Amino acid sequence: MRRYFTRKVLTYMLAFFVGVTIDWAIPHMMPGDPVQLYLSNFNLKPAGYQALYKTMSEAFGTNLPLWEQYLHYWRGLLTGNWGISFWDFPAPVSTLIFQALPYTLALLVPAIVLSYVIGNRLGAAAARRKILDNTVLPAGYVFQAIPYPWLALALPYLLGVVWHVFPIAGGYDRGLIPAFSWTFISSLLYHWFLPFLTVFLVSLGGWAIGMRNLVIYELENDSSRYLRALGARERVVRRYAYRSASLPQLSGLALALGVVIGGNIVTEYAFSYPGLGRLIFQAISNQDYFLLQGIFIFIIIGVLIANFVIDIVYVTVDPRTRLSMQGASS
Amino acid sequence: MSALKGSAPIGTLTTGGPAPPLEAAPRRHGDLLYYALHNKKLVFGLSLELVFVLAAIFGPVISPHNMTDFFGSNQAPSAQHWLGTDNLGHDLFAEVVSGLQVSYMVGAIGALCAAFVGMALGFTAGWRGGILDEILQLITNIVVMIPALVLLIVIGAYLKTRGVLFEGVFIGLTTWPWVARAVRAQTFTLKSREFVDLARLSGRRAYSIVVRDIAPNMASYLLLVVILLFGASMLLAANFDFLGLGPTTGTSLGTIMNQSTLWSALQLNYWWWFLPPGLLLTGMVAALLIANVGLDEVFNPKLREQ
Repeated sequence: MRRYFTRKVLTYMLAFFVGVTIDWAIPHMMPGDPVQLYLSNFNLKPAGYQALYKTMSEAFGTNLPLWEQYLHYWRGLLTGNWGISFWDFPAPVSTLIFQALPYTLALLVPAIVLSYVIGNRLGAAAARRKILDNTVLPAGYVFQAIPYPWLALALPYLLGVVWHVFPIAGGYDRGLIPAFSWTFISSLLYHWFLPFLTVFLVSLGGWAIGMRNLVIYELENDSSRYLRALGARERVVRRYAYRSASLPQLSGLALALGVVIGGNIVTEYAFSYPGLGRLIFQAISNQDYFLLQGIFIFIIIGVLIANFVIDIVYVTVDPRTRLSMQGASS
Repeated sequence: MSALKGSAPIGTLTTGGPAPPLEAAPRRHGDLLYYALHNKKLVFGLSLELVFVLAAIFGPVISPHNMTDFFGSNQAPSAQHWLGTDNLGHDLFAEVVSGLQVSYMVGAIGALCAAFVGMALGFTAGWRGGILDEILQLITNIVVMIPALVLLIVIGAYLKTRGVLFEGVFIGLTTWPWVARAVRAQTFTLKSREFVDLARLSGRRAYSIVVRDIAPNMASYLLLVVILLFGASMLLAANFDFLGLGPTTGTSLGTIMNQSTLWSALQLNYWWWFLPPGLLLTGMVAALLIANVGLDEVFNPKLREQ
């Protein structure tokens, strides 16, 4: 048990280190200089340009040697100083991220959890049942095959442009000021529904099909045959099959996180939803180094936390891991 | 060590499907062919995919217009322009057909790249075991945890031109862990079989044992994984392209959707601009998935319908 978690925590720490290093290295390997780019917006005369360039390079530390910048980067990261946004100038990067974060989480968490739970239930119910299987399975393939951007266009087209049921963009009604009032919250929910549905539906099919295949496999297993031979009812056999089948699905969830997060970014982009996904694009189109780096690190931290949660759930669900992980790896 | 752990959920394309049994029993090819031809899913999926492939190959020949020609802008589909025109007056049928080719190309490059890297690392980890395995596992786990799309966004923000090859290779270099995990798990189980011991006793080199004795026993499983990766790569590429991170040289299905959003096709009700490309992509990937499940049933008797 201890060894299992030591190993996991080591992996997480290394992943974090690699993520931070990549995040720092990519901008530095690219041609160009952020201060230069920023100042090119102002059409300055040479003298003023040089003075400003010098001041700003010093202010942002871009004139220091690379290794020093790298150390500064870590120090800032660990002390919670994530830099100041170029684009939204005096605002600290962390403030901008924390403003966008609730929107992203509100989309992502329910979409992941609900699609996982409902998809698995559907798939388990469909296994080895003719009628359900013939409907759930084809629908599952289609949902699994839908590209995020298409659903993020087709849903608002159908429900927004043609039928006028839901708004097609934004996080809340433009006439409203964020407040803790019923009008605002209802507007929030109203705008939340379509992007949520997009992320939810795309993930749903994969879980259903995966679960269906696993349950079929489990139902053919010797353990299931033994249960049946003992005279257990089919419902009981299925319940045990479901429990064993949820383990590979759970490790699948950890693997699928990156893709779902990507899909979420695509969806936010399509719906102009004010989450991290849209913030990334504002950072890119405004050449905002610090903001882009900050969001990247933040997403990595999010993935690591989610992985850790899944690990804990896995151990809770499967008592065998505690034993087997004490010995040799897998 | 269970084979189930090796079942690779490929991104959104989570199969979760169990690995085929690793019985090395001699299988007659005639039997496989019989089951393949009588499997409705496989036949249906492959036929559907064939239609799309033919459309990608012969589309430019049938298309009455060239992709670069200009006509009246924003026309609805008509006998003249089968899928209408975009804001610049380009014929959308011609664009979609060329997009099909690019999407297939990116998918193929991505899947092959991932298969190559994943197999190299998976066989090495599984065969050698020990500390090398630990290190490779660590690398795999780290690559899995870094979201590809976000990484590409950061890279793409600084790269001004990107080609189809870049996109394909990038996808391959971020999706190989699924192949590597599957291959490693299967190699582990096969490694302790008698026939492998025998091969080792005969003094053959590790490379030849892996290629001649281990790989053929998981060939069917590998094929399934690579097919899934092919579909997943096309979907991933659509995500990238839609965000404007796709190839800057050439039109793909995702790029068309990206253009349609940039010019507010959704708000202006130009449905012919953004609905067909995504629908085609859905069809292409769904056909692959259905064929894949059919193949799985052909290889794995336990899954066959009763």
